[in-house]
Amino acid sequence: MTLRAQAPRSIDLQQVRGVLSEHCFACHGPDGAGREADLRLDRPLDEDRADELRRRILSEDPELRMPPPAAFPEGLAVGDREALVAWLDAGHPLAEHWSFVPPSRPALPSVGASGSAHPVDRFVDEALATAGLVPEPVADRFALARRASLDLVGLPCAPEVADALAAATRTDAFERFLDRLLAAPGYAERQARHWLDLARYADTNGYEKDRPRSIWPYRDWVIRAFDADLPYDRFVVEQLAGDLLPDATVDQHIATGFHRNTMLNEEGGIDPREFRYHAVADRVATTGAVFLGLTLGCAQCHSHKFDPVSQTEYFGLWAFLNNADEPDLELPDPAADQRDAARHAAALEELDRLDQQWPSDAEPFEQRFAGWFDRQVAAAVGWRTARPVELQSEQLRLVVEPDGAVFASGDTTKHDVYRLRFAASEVPVGALRFEALPDPRLPGNGPGTSYFEGPKGAFFLTELQVRGGGRDWSLAGFAVSNAKPADGAAVAQREVVFDGDLQTGWADEGRRGERSVAVALLREPIPAGTAFELELHFGRHYPSSLGRFRIATAATASPEAATDLDDELVAALADPVRRWSEEVRTGLRRVFLLGHAPEIGKQAEALRGRLRRSGRTTTLVFRERPADHPRPTHRHHRGEYGQPRELVEPQVPSALHAWPEGQPRDRLGFARWLVADDDPLFDRVVVNRVWARLFGHGLVRTPDDFGVMGQRPTHPELLDWLAIEFRHRGRSLKELHRLLMTSAAYQRRAETADATRAADPDNRWLARAERPRLEGEVIRDAALQAAGMLSPRRFGPPVRPPQPDGITEIAFGRPKWNAGEGEDRRRRSLYTFQKRTAPYALFQTFDAPSGEACMVRRDRSNTPLQALSLLNDPQMLEIARGFGARLHGVCRAQGVMEAVTEGFRSLLTRPPEAREREALVVFLEAQREHYTNDPEAVRAALGEGADPDSEAAAWTALARALLALDEAVSRS
Amino acid sequence: MQTNQPVHVAAPGPNRREILGGLGLGLGGLALGDLGRPEARAPLGGAATQGPRAPHHRPRARAVIQLFMAGAPSQLDLFDPKPTLTELEGQPLPPSILGDQRYAFIQRDAGVLGSRFDFARHGDSGVVLGSPLAPLGRVADRLCVIRSMHTDQFNHAPAQLLMNTGFGQPGRPSMGSWAVYGLGSESRDLPAYVVMSTGSGLSGGSALWSSGFMPSRFTGVRFRNGKEPILNVATPAGFEGPVQQRTFDLVGQLNRLRSEVVGDPEIDSRIAAFETAARLQVAAPELTDLQSEGAATLALYGCDPDKPSFARACLLARRLVERGVRFVTIFHEGWDAHSDVEGTTVRNCNATAQASAALVEDLARRGMLDDTLVVWGGEFGRTPMVETNPALGRKLGRDHHPQAFTMWLAGGGIRAGQSIGATDDFGFHITEDPIHVYDLQATILHLLGFDHERLTFRSAGRDYRLTDVHGGVVQRLLA
Repeated sequence: MTLRAQAPRSIDLQQVRGVLSEHCFACHGPDGAGREADLRLDRPLDEDRADELRRRILSEDPELRMPPPAAFPEGLAVGDREALVAWLDAGHPLAEHWSFVPPSRPALPSVGASGSAHPVDRFVDEALATAGLVPEPVADRFALARRASLDLVGLPCAPEVADALAAATRTDAFERFLDRLLAAPGYAERQARHWLDLARYADTNGYEKDRPRSIWPYRDWVIRAFDADLPYDRFVVEQLAGDLLPDATVDQHIATGFHRNTMLNEEGGIDPREFRYHAVADRVATTGAVFLGLTLGCAQCHSHKFDPVSQTEYFGLWAFLNNADEPDLELPDPAADQRDAARHAAALEELDRLDQQWPSDAEPFEQRFAGWFDRQVAAAVGWRTARPVELQSEQLRLVVEPDGAVFASGDTTKHDVYRLRFAASEVPVGALRFEALPDPRLPGNGPGTSYFEGPKGAFFLTELQVRGGGRDWSLAGFAVSNAKPADGAAVAQREVVFDGDLQTGWADEGRRGERSVAVALLREPIPAGTAFELELHFGRHYPSSLGRFRIATAATASPEAATDLDDELVAALADPVRRWSEEVRTGLRRVFLLGHAPEIGKQAEALRGRLRRSGRTTTLVFRERPADHPRPTHRHHRGEYGQPRELVEPQVPSALHAWPEGQPRDRLGFARWLVADDDPLFDRVVVNRVWARLFGHGLVRTPDDFGVMGQRPTHPELLDWLAIEFRHRGRSLKELHRLLMTSAAYQRRAETADATRAADPDNRWLARAERPRLEGEVIRDAALQAAGMLSPRRFGPPVRPPQPDGITEIAFGRPKWNAGEGEDRRRRSLYTFQKRTAPYALFQTFDAPSGEACMVRRDRSNTPLQALSLLNDPQMLEIARGFGARLHGVCRAQGVMEAVTEGFRSLLTRPPEAREREALVVFLEAQREHYTNDPEAVRAALGEGADPDSEAAAWTALARALLALDEAVSRS
Repeated sequence: MQTNQPVHVAAPGPNRREILGGLGLGLGGLALGDLGRPEARAPLGGAATQGPRAPHHRPRARAVIQLFMAGAPSQLDLFDPKPTLTELEGQPLPPSILGDQRYAFIQRDAGVLGSRFDFARHGDSGVVLGSPLAPLGRVADRLCVIRSMHTDQFNHAPAQLLMNTGFGQPGRPSMGSWAVYGLGSESRDLPAYVVMSTGSGLSGGSALWSSGFMPSRFTGVRFRNGKEPILNVATPAGFEGPVQQRTFDLVGQLNRLRSEVVGDPEIDSRIAAFETAARLQVAAPELTDLQSEGAATLALYGCDPDKPSFARACLLARRLVERGVRFVTIFHEGWDAHSDVEGTTVRNCNATAQASAALVEDLARRGMLDDTLVVWGGEFGRTPMVETNPALGRKLGRDHHPQAFTMWLAGGGIRAGQSIGATDDFGFHITEDPIHVYDLQATILHLLGFDHERLTFRSAGRDYRLTDVHGGVVQRLLA
């Protein structure tokens, strides 16, 4: 049922809805907590209440009048009051908010003033006619070429391409031009940058430490998705729940980086769970803004004051996004695997010859090895792996794996306690062995388990308690295999795990990603037949619990038993026959040379490095928690982390469309609900966003808020028509671009008479084109392209182009910005390293986001600092020099006029007017004269290493001026 | 009852020059950030426009200089002497005091640490200061010391953000943004809101002076410490003088030609922006020429005009405010004394105490203190307990302490010569006049002429305040 069918034509229900939400909903809206007089105006009214409402809004008595004078001293506007009265008179039909009603395809209006039969134009022309406005004609081909090129690929159109378009006589010339742009590699880079604003992408973690993170593979995924024109619904589902798709590909895992772009606080004093809470809040808010156009964040602290989202429903959405672990995904790299294997084999060969480098002044190798060998034999213990029968930890899931090792997963804290119960042993237990085990499933290959803070792979066992048979079993010693070199060759003994001091303990000691062993010796053995329990405490100022470890027992052991020999060797050593085999001997020689012979410690350390697996590119992803270890979601009173209340099940707001039949109640089901055909918001929101980028403003001018407090669409029927058309065309963004850009409305000229402008200063009715200022990234890319400097290289780790001194130094740790070399200075701007707490200066000056929150619409400020940046920023200067050198070359080959025109057109596409060209030539001549007389200035202007040619300096000055023109930073 | 309704300014109504002119406030928010571009009209729903507000009442302060002691100074060593800590040094706090507080770096049973400094009373008002802050004593009677500040945040970045933006995570407008949003600027050539940083790197990053969801023209403009504080204000070598002049001329000329053709007022705004930029290039050297201050003033601040320092930033701040800048924040990060609280305190006081005092005195003798508010303080306090951690090489430090800390205010309608608030014998809990960060923010806005509950900005469907849904004006602070 449509709204219009319910309401008499004379009442504008959306206006009524707007008046009610603006003036009444705060106390009489969806939020039950703040509700006054038990009155809801977003629900059907009974007659008594309607009568009272009429009396109240018409009352002159300040005690009675609504809205209350204290809050609204000026009262209702006359038109608003009349609208309410008319609505009440008409039986106060329920005014359902427009955006919650699914779009229906409206009939196309007839062809209007523009003469265009294009569906978009029919709607736009109709509205123009209503507003009494006459549309501007279509812009000239140069302006169109520049506009479309900047919109689609983010680069100015090359003059010769524009000339071809201008000369083309085919009726579909512009469409074909668009097709070429849509197929260009720059298309995906341009569109990806828009998306990264929404995804709050950055290359650092944010907050105090703001350390670098590796999530650029996600950025590359976005580019590739636009390249492939991935249908928008798939694009969204893969980003929200790619990991849950059947037979998910690596790319689909990478895509889940969308919601891993939240910030991470690594400051020492934090509770990591609190900042994860804030990150989930950000995910819910971003999901609302990007896919639903709803300000869901409003319902975090209390039920939404204006939109129909209760606080419980808010946390119901939260529950969908709160059930994933947040690991790094290592990207497969077969070439690196091969390189590693080759290096590993070579290193082993070298290791087997390492004794040849044995120092001559030391005890001879064979003798030394034999002595060590004997000690290993003496220390060899027949360890029995002990499998815990019961495992317990507050937050972590502990699972015993087939080899008897315990694997931990889930949320680590800064002080985790593991309680492990063991069945009674048949023999007494006098010694316990702890193996900290590496594992590719763990951060940095383990053995530590924390992804989000501190060095990856780090662990720290602070205290160990042994209980059994109703008593404590105290420790006599604790020896570790991974002592720091300072501890010498001997096995270090530590009291650190039973000294009661949480600041001391057994640490990874720089052997992250490797196996380490510790042996705890009991003062007296636990007698056979006594079940026992271990309590292990982990943590320091960052989480550092063990991710994989194995425990073994023996009746007795010496401190030397804490050895990094693997179990096979230990078992062989314990066997009087096998210990003499060549195989065992080779293995032991390797272990000895690699880690137990300080005589060649340096060489061994180098070999150790070569035996280690090389680093791989990683990226941040979601991984749904195992079914038996879900993360519970609570409603939080007042939205505060510290005030969890009742459990909340995953659910979607009841006022929105229904949950799709048969979908699982998880993130994947949620993603499919979002993109469902009966979602009233999903298609409207994205269509509006694309529209806003092409037309300067959205049809809904609050693109992040389609709720009650947002603005209503200027062209509601057009928005609905486009939403449905978009869906019918397979949600292809390229198709949507093509559809919108082939309209006359898009192609209008920007030039307009003052009177026309005054009639519609905000250009709501689209009689002319907007001239939006370009984003900082586009300004830089366009400059690089005009200068002939732009690197065509796509993808890969972020780069650091030059920027002024002292930008990043303001951030924590005063990090230096070491600008890259060569091509890295000239890559497209979306590859620039994005540091959240100190963004790249040029982009920030032009309103680029910091990546600290989702940005749906960038500001378009127009400031003196921008003027200074265009003229004086070191990056712009470097580009001006390159541009100047290029124009100087053109001048030598073709003359001044050609070069001036070339400079102008490379940047602005259109040919200069005669008076413009004249001004440029006059300028050039004056600068030329200046430089001819000032060789010092020439050298300075061209910079180090350049040939000090006054001509080149003059062209650089010209290039610098061109780059600063308003037109160079504006879309035509 | 609604309390946070938007401020309604009739739209389209008079332009801002008229509004501000009528209030005698000069140009609003126009310098650097904003050059009279047409404001967005009210949304269809009829909500507030987002131009500068009219003050709700007569402002007491027209400018604010915030001396932000990032990292958190030790109130127990500078303002709030606790003989009990010296007496009981090494003994743990009574559990009744400690409650269930947990710390990142110290054990719950850590012993208390007495201050290594002597305290003395200063001025007629007898303000108590620890010896490293003795230089501040000369302006003691102009200070209002609050020994009962408290905050919700335990960590640097969130606590710095809370103090500066009213929220513990990035994304909200900073206090300076609110001030400029409310009052605009009085300077045509200089930014309305300037930020400097003289210590080590800042925990909160650039979000501390961001305009958040407000238009970016309300963002603080960062001045660097070197010879050229304003980013890109200096013409690159080889392009100075006539080359630059001709460049401005050409750009202006071509922009005007374009404006004739297109008629887009944004081009006129850009022309004006370039004109301001050119003026700024001229004004900047004059602004930063601290030699012109004379030896006595330089000596008062302890400022070497050629060397970046907190003193130099303070002197520059006075010159900025003199020229109509509305809000200046100087961040001095470096107080985070997890180890050696004694040395850290002395070092930071040596870098800042004299200049802080000089700023107050200098403002006063120029008659500027009456309407310039000076705010000194960090993001939280430090523990009465000692922090010692051999593994991290720490000893005789103090950890973070959000429950109680000290700030001082001067000028701008503040009642001078008083100390407010008290803490228990351990300096752990506040016992008198607790003042939350939000209360301070509400009071600062009050002094600038605004009711903090009514100065709102609509974003994402909600009317936001600096103080969120908290805070109240602290009457005791007001003159």
